[in-house]
Amino acid sequence: MESRTTVAPAASSQDGEADAHAPAHCGHAHHHHHATTPHSSGKVLISARGLALSRGGRTILEDVDFEIREKEIVTLIGPNGAGKTSLVRVLLGLMAPDRGRVQKSLGLTIGYVPQRFDIDRTIPITVARFLALGGARSPARAKAVLEEVGASRVINQQLSGLSGGEIQRVLLARALLRNPGLLVLDEPVRGVDYVGEAELYALIGRLRDERGLGVLLVSHDLHIVMAQSDRVVCINRHVCCSGVPETVAKDPSYVRLFGEHAARSFAVYSHHHDHRHDLTGEPKPVSLDRAGSEEQGGVA
Amino acid sequence: MTLDPFVLRALAAGIGVAVIAAPLGCFVVWQRMAYFGEAVAQASLIGIALGLALQLDLTASALAVSAVLALVLIALARQNLVPLDSLLGLLAHAALALGVIATSLVKGPPVDLLGYLFGDIFAVSTQDLWWVFGGGAVVLLALVKLWNPLLSMAVHEELAAAEGVRRDFVKGAFVVLLALAIAVAIKIVGILLAIAFLIMPAAAARPLSSTPEGMARMAALIAAVGVVIGLELSLTFDIPGGPAIVAVLAAMSGISLLGMALRAGAH
Repeated sequence: MESRTTVAPAASSQDGEADAHAPAHCGHAHHHHHATTPHSSGKVLISARGLALSRGGRTILEDVDFEIREKEIVTLIGPNGAGKTSLVRVLLGLMAPDRGRVQKSLGLTIGYVPQRFDIDRTIPITVARFLALGGARSPARAKAVLEEVGASRVINQQLSGLSGGEIQRVLLARALLRNPGLLVLDEPVRGVDYVGEAELYALIGRLRDERGLGVLLVSHDLHIVMAQSDRVVCINRHVCCSGVPETVAKDPSYVRLFGEHAARSFAVYSHHHDHRHDLTGEPKPVSLDRAGSEEQGGVA
Repeated sequence: MTLDPFVLRALAAGIGVAVIAAPLGCFVVWQRMAYFGEAVAQASLIGIALGLALQLDLTASALAVSAVLALVLIALARQNLVPLDSLLGLLAHAALALGVIATSLVKGPPVDLLGYLFGDIFAVSTQDLWWVFGGGAVVLLALVKLWNPLLSMAVHEELAAAEGVRRDFVKGAFVVLLALAIAVAIKIVGILLAIAFLIMPAAAARPLSSTPEGMARMAALIAAVGVVIGLELSLTFDIPGGPAIVAVLAAMSGISLLGMALRAGAH
C-alpha cells in the first residue's frame, strides 16, 4: 500500500529566524549536513570530492561533495539549472569535472535510467530488441528482467507505442540487465500519472531491498520526494543541505531556496513495507490512501 | 531488357550499391543525417577534380575528400553557435561551387560534369565493379561489427554512452562508411542524387518494418527492385539511368508513405 503524506513545515516562528540566518547557513558551504541514516555504515559505492564545473563562463558546480553508500536511496533535488543533471553526468563519467574527483568502488556497475524521452518513431524497435541492445543475451533474460519490473506483457510491443510508465519500467529493466550496484534515475516519474508514480517509487524501493542496490534519484519536482529516501540532497550549484526528507523540508536553506510555500507543500511518498507483490513480480493494483497513514517519510 | 555486357555491369553495380547503401541509409534516416550525407556527397566533386588533376583513382580521391569533410563536420557539430543544418547548407554549397571551379581548371580534355553530377550507370567499368564489391564488403563487414553500438546510439545516445559505447569512435567510423557508400553510389546516380539512393529506400521501408534489421533488409530489397525497374525504363524510353532509378525509388517511397498515412487516417 502506498500513501502520500505531507510533512508539516517548520514552525512559523522558526521560519522567520531561518530567513534571518539563511545566508550564513546556505553559504558556499563547507560544513557537512550528512545526517546519519540507517545505511550510513554501508560501503561507499561512489563518492565525489570538491567537484567544480563551469561552461561558457557560467559556474555549474562549485565544490560539491557527494557520496552514496550501499542500499542507500538518495534523492537529489534543486531548482532548474542547479546542476543536478551535470552532477549526474559527472558521476556517470559522461563529463569530466574541471576540478575534483569521482571515486567508484572497485567493480561498481552503474545502471542508468535516463530522463524519460520520446521514443523516435522513425526507428522500428520492439522492447525485446531494445533490451537485447542493453545486453539481454537471450529472450528469456529479457523476459525475466521485465517480470522483475512488472512489464512482461509489453515484451513484443513497439517501444514507441508504450505509455510513460511503461517506458520507465522498460528503461529500468535495461538498467537492471547490467546487474548494477548503483541505480541512477534521472527524473523517473516525469510524465507518469499519479498512480504510476506511486507504483514506480514502490518498485524502486523494492529493488533496493531485494537487490541491495544503492539508488540515486534526481527529482525535478521539488515537492515530491520518495519517502524511502535515506537522504535528500538539495543542490544549487553547491550542496545546500542534506538529510532525511523531513529535516530537509525544515532546513532553513531549503525554505530559502524554494520558498515557504514549497517547504509547506513538500510531500513524500511513504512506502509501508508490506511486500505484497505476487510471485511473478507483476504489480498488484495499488490503492491510494491519502489520509490513512500516520507514518511519515524517510523512516521506511 | 537485352543483357549486353554494359547492361549486366550496370545491373551488378546498381544492385551491389543498393545492398550496401540500404542499411547506412536507415541510419541516415534514424539519425536525421540527410543533409549531412548531401554535404558529404557534394564534397566529392572536389575530390574528383583533385583526382583528375593529379591522375589518381577518382573514386579513391572522391572518398578521401568526402571522408575528411565528414570528420570535420562531426567536429564542427560540437560548437553550438551556428546550427548544424545551416553549417551543412553552407559547406555543401561551398563544396559544390569549389568542385565545379576545380573541374573547370583541370587541364586536358573537357570534364563530363553532367556525368559526375547525375551519374552514368551504363558507363560502369570492371574497375568500378571492384570498387562496388570490394568497398561494399568492407562496409558490410564493418557495419556488422558496429551495428549494435550504432543502433544503441540512434535510440538514445546518452544511454549508450553511459553503458560504455565509445561514441566518438562509433560516430567517426560511421561517417567514414557513409562516405564510402556515397562514393560508390556516385557511380550509379551521381553526386546530386547519391543521398537519394540512401534515404529513399529507407523511407519506403519504414512503414513495412517492425525491427531495425527488418527495415535494413527491406530497404535493400526496395533499392534493388528500384534499380532493375529504373534500368528497364531507362533502356526502353532512352532516358538517363541514374535519374530513372531515383524517380522509381521516389515513387516507391511515395506509395509506401502515402499508404501508411491513409491507414493512419482510417483509424
